[in-house]
Amino acid sequence: MCGIVGLFLKNKALEPELGKLTALMLHEMCDRGPDSAGFAIYGGGDERAKLVLLSKTGETDWNAIRDGLGASLLADIEIEKLRDHAILRTSADGRKVRAWIIENCDDVTVLSLGTSIEVFKGVGDPDQMAVDFGLAGRSGTHAIAHTRMATESAITTAGSHPFSTGSDTCLVHNGSLSNHNNLREVLAAHGERFQTENDSEVAAAYLAHRMSEGDTLNEALESALRDLDGFYTFAIGTKDGFAVLRDPIACKPAVIAETDDWVAMASEFRAIAPLPGVENAKIWEPEPARIYSWSHASQERAA
Amino acid sequence: MSADTLTKNSTLDLATTPLRNVNEVLQSADGGSFEVINTGGAHALACGLDSPVEVTIKGHTGYYCAGMNKSASVTVEGNASTGVAENMMSGTVRVKGNVSQSAGATAHGGLLVIEGDASARCGISLKGAEIVVGGSVGHMSAFMAQAGALVVCGDAGEALGDSIYEARLYVRGKVASLGADCIEKEMRDEHRIQLADLLSRAGIDADISDFKRYGSARQLYNFKIDNAY
Repeated sequence: MCGIVGLFLKNKALEPELGKLTALMLHEMCDRGPDSAGFAIYGGGDERAKLVLLSKTGETDWNAIRDGLGASLLADIEIEKLRDHAILRTSADGRKVRAWIIENCDDVTVLSLGTSIEVFKGVGDPDQMAVDFGLAGRSGTHAIAHTRMATESAITTAGSHPFSTGSDTCLVHNGSLSNHNNLREVLAAHGERFQTENDSEVAAAYLAHRMSEGDTLNEALESALRDLDGFYTFAIGTKDGFAVLRDPIACKPAVIAETDDWVAMASEFRAIAPLPGVENAKIWEPEPARIYSWSHASQERAA
Repeated sequence: MSADTLTKNSTLDLATTPLRNVNEVLQSADGGSFEVINTGGAHALACGLDSPVEVTIKGHTGYYCAGMNKSASVTVEGNASTGVAENMMSGTVRVKGNVSQSAGATAHGGLLVIEGDASARCGISLKGAEIVVGGSVGHMSAFMAQAGALVVCGDAGEALGDSIYEARLYVRGKVASLGADCIEKEMRDEHRIQLADLLSRAGIDADISDFKRYGSARQLYNFKIDNAY
């Protein structure tokens, strides 16, 4: 069992409330996944690449990494420490920075990369993790979060969801994949860099790989239905979009609610119940093997 | 607030009263009617009732709402999550909205009415209860159903009635596919009478001549080498 939630705002006026609302949703899912938790929040940023890094030992010398990276890539590097995480900003190519860190820093996991996304994770009580990383005070356009009850791999901070391997793309997963080892090898042969043994990281890398090859999010999800074997309810975030997909058997729960102001998904309705205007929301259970997606671009086209 | 401080005909507010106390009040009542508000998707609400109480739940509920119901009449004015009225023995459970998976699972008796849609595995392992769905049902509905009836006024998803025993299935709309050993069957007078009675008790106005009946081909009752891999 795991708990997943996602909140995609349609009304800009709610953006300062995103973190607060996501924290309320996450709270309701604590008992579905008390092992560990994490969240991804999409909110602004500048032109520079932004990477969120995790120190596996808690003793990483961030200044040494900044200096090493700066010398190697000849770029400006800014690092802001936050507990055992650090946010790195640079005008260099973020993908090169990610590759350099994975190559050279054994005690660092790259949690996210992009211009908008930030991912934070922690082991233990999900509510405490949310407090530790100031979720309630964060603003943004959309967020996804996860509470984990581990089945496939160890309970570690790096093994918590969301998983993000491609730029501004992330995924949370309730379920388990059965063909992830084979798929990991295939994707690694195509240059994807993995940092954990987790099956869900493979799903994230799969989608990131498809999209880097030119697929739209929906096309990547169509392919996922064919190539991923196992049980899953996914919530997926991209820089501008949000999607939900369940496997064809659909054993893992999911519910979606939509109002004029927001779209929310969760493992259970109780995580949606605290949202403003929920009494007038359209509420439904996503069908098996059907892609549900939203983007701000399509909102604007519709408006 | 405990059971002895609340009398019949009360409004129970889940925003101020713990779920366990609300259930305790409902379970210890021997009659009367109750209203439950601020449900917030709580699990196991109004389950294990065994007296003829009337309960109106104003809002959406979580898993196993009205589970194991006996004699009570429970109405959900909203949606219900997984396993509504699971293992019901008797009484009536009515959901005005939609329900999630495994509605009425293993239910032995009573009537479950779902005015909206039900998702996958509606009436799985049904053991004698009657289920009437105003909308459509998802895949694997009535899987291994042993006795009772399932009426679907909309469409049915894939593998309807897979490995079914003796339950009767009535579907008005399209059936995506029939499961193993489930076949379309002749609609005789006894079935028309049963269907009309079920629709009437569910309060659904539908023309019984629009329905088709499905049931077991009875080919899986005994071991057959042809069925082995």
